[in-house]
Amino acid sequence: MPALGADMDEGTVLEWLVKPGDEIHKGDVIAVIDTAKAAIDAESFITGTVEQLIVGVGETVPVGAVLAMIAEPAARKAAPPQPAPPAGEPPRQAAPPEREPEHVPAAPGRPAPPISPLIRKRAHELGVDLAGLRGSGRGGAVTRADVERAAARREPAGAGARSKATPRARRVAAELGVDLADVTGTGPDGSVREADVRRAVSAGEAAPAREPAPAAPAARSGAERARSMRQAIARLMARSKREIPHYYVSSTVDMASALNWMHERNRELAVSERLVPAALLLKAVALAARRVPGVNGYWVDDQFRPVEAVHLGLAISLRGGGLLTPAIHDAAELPLAELMSGMRDLVTRARAGRLRGSELTDATITVTNLGDQGVESVFGVIYPPQVALVGFGKVTERPVAAGGLIGVRPVVVTTLAADHRASDGYTGARYLTALSDLLQKPEELL
Amino acid sequence: MTPDQARHVIEEAVARVAPDADLASLAPDADLRDGLELDSLDFLRFVEILTERTGRQITEDDYQHLATLASTVKFLAGG
Repeated sequence: MPALGADMDEGTVLEWLVKPGDEIHKGDVIAVIDTAKAAIDAESFITGTVEQLIVGVGETVPVGAVLAMIAEPAARKAAPPQPAPPAGEPPRQAAPPEREPEHVPAAPGRPAPPISPLIRKRAHELGVDLAGLRGSGRGGAVTRADVERAAARREPAGAGARSKATPRARRVAAELGVDLADVTGTGPDGSVREADVRRAVSAGEAAPAREPAPAAPAARSGAERARSMRQAIARLMARSKREIPHYYVSSTVDMASALNWMHERNRELAVSERLVPAALLLKAVALAARRVPGVNGYWVDDQFRPVEAVHLGLAISLRGGGLLTPAIHDAAELPLAELMSGMRDLVTRARAGRLRGSELTDATITVTNLGDQGVESVFGVIYPPQVALVGFGKVTERPVAAGGLIGVRPVVVTTLAADHRASDGYTGARYLTALSDLLQKPEELL
Repeated sequence: MTPDQARHVIEEAVARVAPDADLASLAPDADLRDGLELDSLDFLRFVEILTERTGRQITEDDYQHLATLASTVKFLAGG
């Protein structure tokens, strides 16, 4: 059972997507795991053949328990134990990974190669969910052909594959034990809405296929989910404030050049390709973490472990309450347009309950942006084992003195909450200065 | 485009961007983004759908006309 986030201590197998005999690749989604916060697509950390599923559907086991046996291709008999959490150990039923997974940011593994905007666009047009797609390109990259094949495969009646449905419809269907494939959707693009599920049940067209019994576990219901999400957040945040000596610095950043540059650029672009200010802020956060690496990484075993890659965690609020903090991988390397589409994709999937395990475990620094909620600034609580959290308030017009003159300019208050064990105020200050400098030269954010 | 057609397009866009939001309960001159709790990404998607459905170029300078239901209807119907 992988630790899908630092705040998880047990999980329930909702669904196995593989069976014994299946060949799987590192990064394939092999199971859907229900955690306190959400149902997550869990990925395999190794390539091999599924030998045995040990934990059955509906069973809840602690983090670190062996879920399945996977034989590695070359070394069937004496495969070295895999330190990575998911997919358990090779066939020798090694002891479960030593308890303490909560301190170990799951070995990130090599994230799947980034998906180009064109392919993303095509997937969007065809309604293909990229998260579930196995790429056939170089290094497992998803190609246009993969997307089109997936769309074609799904064409006949959409059986098996996840039908389009709102998150609420999914919950209700799960509670009532209804198979969404049997429900006729009346929402946009034929998507299934809550009312459709209820109508289908009363009309008998989708009689509860199976008892909503333990045999067919449902993801938690709305109220239950809200409660368990609250508890998970409570545990993690309490731990953060108990263990991490936070220090805070803030800076008001002039956004005039960044926003002018963005508006000029957006003028020539179709709506779907336009940037929002948050994309510029995120890119600047990632690049600044490159320049001042003392805020990017983990505090583990009483020492700071800097990480070279910048996996940017985004605090995403859910419409029903609560929040998730999935990561955009290698954000410093991503071209701005891809960072923007990555952010849109991540927010959409977080709200639809389609996140992957790796996205929830390997953020190296997290960003919270409450600008849309209208506040001036936010001093956040760090997500352990990370060591820093960057906050943005609303971009507002303010009188600003520059060169002896007062002008009206858009500004944003940026804040940094950092772990004083890992860095000092001096480092935090240098970080925010680097962030501000980057936002004055927006062309360098491209 | 008539005001009724414009209203219909807006309803459809809201239903797609925020399926749980209740446009009917929102006053015509209430702030759309606040009232429906649309963040900047939701709003971008909203504009994207309006563009798709009306064929109308909507620039960032036009966003000010999309502040309320009433002003959006007027903008889309006004041409």
